[in-house]
Amino acid sequence: MRRIPSWIWPVAVAVFILTLSRLVENEYYMFAGYVVLQYIVLASAWNILGGYAGYVNFGSAAFFAIGAYGTVVLDKLLEPPLVVAILFGGIVASLVGLVTAYLTLRLRGVFFAIATLALAIVLQTLVMNWEFVGGPLGFYTIRPDSIAGFPSYVNYLFVVMLVLALISVLVARAIERSFVGRGLAAIRDNELAAECCGVPTLRLKVFATMLSGGLMGMAGAPFPYYITYLDPNSAFSIAYSINSIAMPLIGGMTYWIGPVIGAVLLAVIQQVATVTISSELNLMIVGVLLISFITLAPNGIVGLFESYRQQRHRRPGT
Amino acid sequence: MTTQKSLLEAISIGKRFGGFVALDAVDIAIWPGERVGLIGPNGSGKSTLVNCLSGATGSDTGTISFDGRAIERLPAHRRTRLGIVRTFQIPLPFTSMTVVGNLTIPLRFAARRHPEAKAAESDIEQALLILEDVGLRDKAYESSAGLTQVEMRKLELARAVAARPKLLIADETMAGLSNSEVDEIISLLFKLNDQGIAIIMIEHIMGAVMAFSQRVVVLVAGRKIADDVTDVVMRNAEVVRAYLGE
Repeated sequence: MRRIPSWIWPVAVAVFILTLSRLVENEYYMFAGYVVLQYIVLASAWNILGGYAGYVNFGSAAFFAIGAYGTVVLDKLLEPPLVVAILFGGIVASLVGLVTAYLTLRLRGVFFAIATLALAIVLQTLVMNWEFVGGPLGFYTIRPDSIAGFPSYVNYLFVVMLVLALISVLVARAIERSFVGRGLAAIRDNELAAECCGVPTLRLKVFATMLSGGLMGMAGAPFPYYITYLDPNSAFSIAYSINSIAMPLIGGMTYWIGPVIGAVLLAVIQQVATVTISSELNLMIVGVLLISFITLAPNGIVGLFESYRQQRHRRPGT
Repeated sequence: MTTQKSLLEAISIGKRFGGFVALDAVDIAIWPGERVGLIGPNGSGKSTLVNCLSGATGSDTGTISFDGRAIERLPAHRRTRLGIVRTFQIPLPFTSMTVVGNLTIPLRFAARRHPEAKAAESDIEQALLILEDVGLRDKAYESSAGLTQVEMRKLELARAVAARPKLLIADETMAGLSNSEVDEIISLLFKLNDQGIAIIMIEHIMGAVMAFSQRVVVLVAGRKIADDVTDVVMRNAEVVRAYLGE
């Protein structure tokens, strides 16, 4: 008896969305969908370090911005294809992750969180003062003409982000089920005990930080083409940092599906609110949801679902 | 014993915290399969010595060799993989995991790294066998957060065993347990020793130390004041003074 491998489901959903993107005429949906997908990448990436290992990263915006500005630099120098820019952004961001890891991972709990917040501020200041990428004035990117095989460039960006989201979800899922994920969970529960059980805690944390940062950088790389005008305030927007934390928290941090649920839910609400009410309301919605979930359902939506299922299992048995 | 090579040999271990000398040139050697008691008043440096041997904190001075390898610069997880495994005074279970899940961590990360590892059974099967041994088999699939104190101590020991130690350092595994529970843990430690594991028992309960140890090492104020066969140490005037006063 062969079971259908369960990784087929994320892939199937991605293929379904891809098909939809061909049928939908209105380009606005591509624009909005891109943001949702981008948040799936950010939330899944954040969760590898924050959810699995318990290290709260407040500097997601920094890694995202590294990807975005990596593209700006490449665009000014040699205008490579987007795929190259994405790989470049991912590599640079994971190298910054490596440095951050060595500098900060001896810090536990709230101190690590503050250190990552500081990283974002330091990098933003650096970019502000870097004339080559526009400094505080920002940088205009000119979108290439539409890509062969795609109805429009926005559609192309949407598909690229869809692929990135699928990769992130599959990576997060693979980590969760591998011995690396087990080791990270042991670190989250008790780092000293983990180390004394043979878990190479430092190496695993560095690996998780690099992977998490790299995926965030990849999510940021297409961003300059998406908004066409990139300035430090939009690339380093605190919204990225906050949302990357809020989405896994609301969805549930122990399983890969949690950040996906949180990202879809929160990003869709934000997109709808932006259009219907006001864009200023976004962060307030996040705040309210965050507080309600932390107090009422600390294990997120997945946690709620799980405890409900456990109760149903227990009742008939005993 | 003297003809055999020692398993662990720590020479002149020193550790200071600021101006406080926690360990002052302590020597300790352990032979394969030995049962050693490590005693001393509160604050005498027992736990610091355990931390230095297991790698939880580095030692400032001195050398440690294990199985003929210099290990004083190795991080704790490397030492665990070589076979020095410790338990914690306050049990530190991985609370998000089941009892059996707790054991799969050292089985995967430490035991498999042994040169002589022969994983005929899966990690889960091995974990269940160990739990059978310590009497936690029926709790295997329960959450480790819901265990009683004595069960937590047993889990702590079981998790250490799962790392396939050659030397087990049991740091006050019996503190706060009832007499019958203490007996349970002692017989468990004897059982592990029968399997060839050398054991250092750090303990305040004197009855337990005397019943268990072949040899006793006494620390007072960071210095080793006695290291001999149990009976001899118990008659040592300096030891008696350290424990009972003049």
